[in-house]
Amino acid sequence: MSGRLRWRKFVSGFMLAMTGVCALVTVSVLFFVLGDLVVHGGTSINWNFFTKLPAPVGETGGGMANAIVGSAKLLLLASLIGVPIGFLGGVYLAEFSGSTAAFIVRYAGDLLNGVPSIVIGIFAYAMLVLPFKHFSTIAGSFALGLMMVPIILRSTEEFLNGVPRALREGSMALGASKWKTIQAVVIPAAYRGILTAILLAFARVAGETAPLLFTALGNRYWSHGWNEPTASLPVVIYTYALSPYDDWHRQAWAAGLVLLGLILVINIVARAILSRGISVPRS
Amino acid sequence: MHASVRQAVPVNITPPAPTSASRETPAPAELRMSISKVNFWYGSKQTLFDVSLGFATNKVTALIGPSGCGKSTLLRTLNRMHETIRNARLEGEILLDGNNILAQDVTQLRRRVGMVFQRPNPFPKSIFENVAYGLRINGSKLPIAEAVEKSLRHAALWDEVKDQLHKSAYELSGGQQQRLCIARALAVEPEVLLLDEPCSALDPISTAKIEELLVQLKDLCTIVTVTHNMQQAARISDFTAFLLIGQLIEFSPTPHLFTTPSDPRTEAYITGRFG
Repeated sequence: MSGRLRWRKFVSGFMLAMTGVCALVTVSVLFFVLGDLVVHGGTSINWNFFTKLPAPVGETGGGMANAIVGSAKLLLLASLIGVPIGFLGGVYLAEFSGSTAAFIVRYAGDLLNGVPSIVIGIFAYAMLVLPFKHFSTIAGSFALGLMMVPIILRSTEEFLNGVPRALREGSMALGASKWKTIQAVVIPAAYRGILTAILLAFARVAGETAPLLFTALGNRYWSHGWNEPTASLPVVIYTYALSPYDDWHRQAWAAGLVLLGLILVINIVARAILSRGISVPRS
Repeated sequence: MHASVRQAVPVNITPPAPTSASRETPAPAELRMSISKVNFWYGSKQTLFDVSLGFATNKVTALIGPSGCGKSTLLRTLNRMHETIRNARLEGEILLDGNNILAQDVTQLRRRVGMVFQRPNPFPKSIFENVAYGLRINGSKLPIAEAVEKSLRHAALWDEVKDQLHKSAYELSGGQQQRLCIARALAVEPEVLLLDEPCSALDPISTAKIEELLVQLKDLCTIVTVTHNMQQAARISDFTAFLLIGQLIEFSPTPHLFTTPSDPRTEAYITGRFG
């Protein structure tokens, strides 16, 4: 074997090993975080955690029922705001817009994606807290929903653009209108990608603390309706983790685990729905 | 030289026939579609020049010519699919049963003039729903299941798929997918079926099946097919039009065009000297 060939084989092997090591580092960080969360959170979690309100300062025990329900309400309303706007906006970008309008919307979407979450929080505070003089679920959801929009917008656009032109032509050649084609052929062909993007956006805002600090604020009791300040898991984790009490630290771990579990369950459910449809094979 | 086989003459859009009385000569009334003086532009580039041509009812007409000669463009004007492309512009007259299609509702037109594409393009739906699609979007009152079976039978696909109608269309082979696309087009009972090189992505056996099918489908509708393959044109078509750089060079009954072409350029092309 010539020296040149030996060198090439070495370089090939070395680079392959490097990519493997980097992949391993990524995965091990993830597993370390998850493992730590499961160990600490798992030992602190119990039935009360899901059913009781937080105990007064100084008393041990109590739970975070209000924060779990609060987070669920925040995320539900945020999705109701963010998903339709992001999705329909993405459809417009991919299918209808002229070049100038598309450029402006796309650019605005990218800018919005880059805005720090705390700034989104301040914006929601100015829009929905100051005028009404109280914090609320609605204000928190508005901030979270706003953060979902650009992620869903751009992914929807990309996945729709990825649908082969041949499918659109096939539909139009049968006499379908443009909207009918989009609705009955193009969106079904792209829906897996779009749903994945919605899940990513959902998971991303589920853990956001900053935009909730001065919109939903927090609440040690039940929040009735949509117009009162509400507790939420990320904000509870933030406050409890910074507190001097060991019992609160344990509860913060448990809350982290619950938040993770919530996202995981939604992910699994969505993937189960996804696996039933027919997708376009890659050519 | 034969009088009717000159270079594209606008006044003579009837498929020309040699004088020998044994050959069929369709009268103008037997033309399902006809185009006259069609000019076509993509942006500022003109791709069709004064093309006039007639498509005989219940016959197969083949459009042949080298790549870029405008044969696919010509085909796409027949159901106005060119309108889906930006900057495309058409001048001229295209008649379907004597009415100008450019003045009609495009949805209605495409229901009457179906189209099958180069590559099989089934929708991401089940086999059944692919065929039912055209019926559903057109709000057809026909019982859908019966219409689907009928179309699949016409496309010679029923026996192969009758037990798996609710499986994904992508589980079929390429040739089956193309026949599915033909069934999908037939479901809305079009008067004209346009095919844009329907076999170019298929293996020889699938190609043979599609060719056989097209000859049978003549009884149901008028067929216009674009093909790169001259043997295919010779095998399946009744009339052949030869195009070159956007111009109609020769248009004759198929046996005539392939045995005694009147234009030297046609002869050069069919004998393989270029293209």
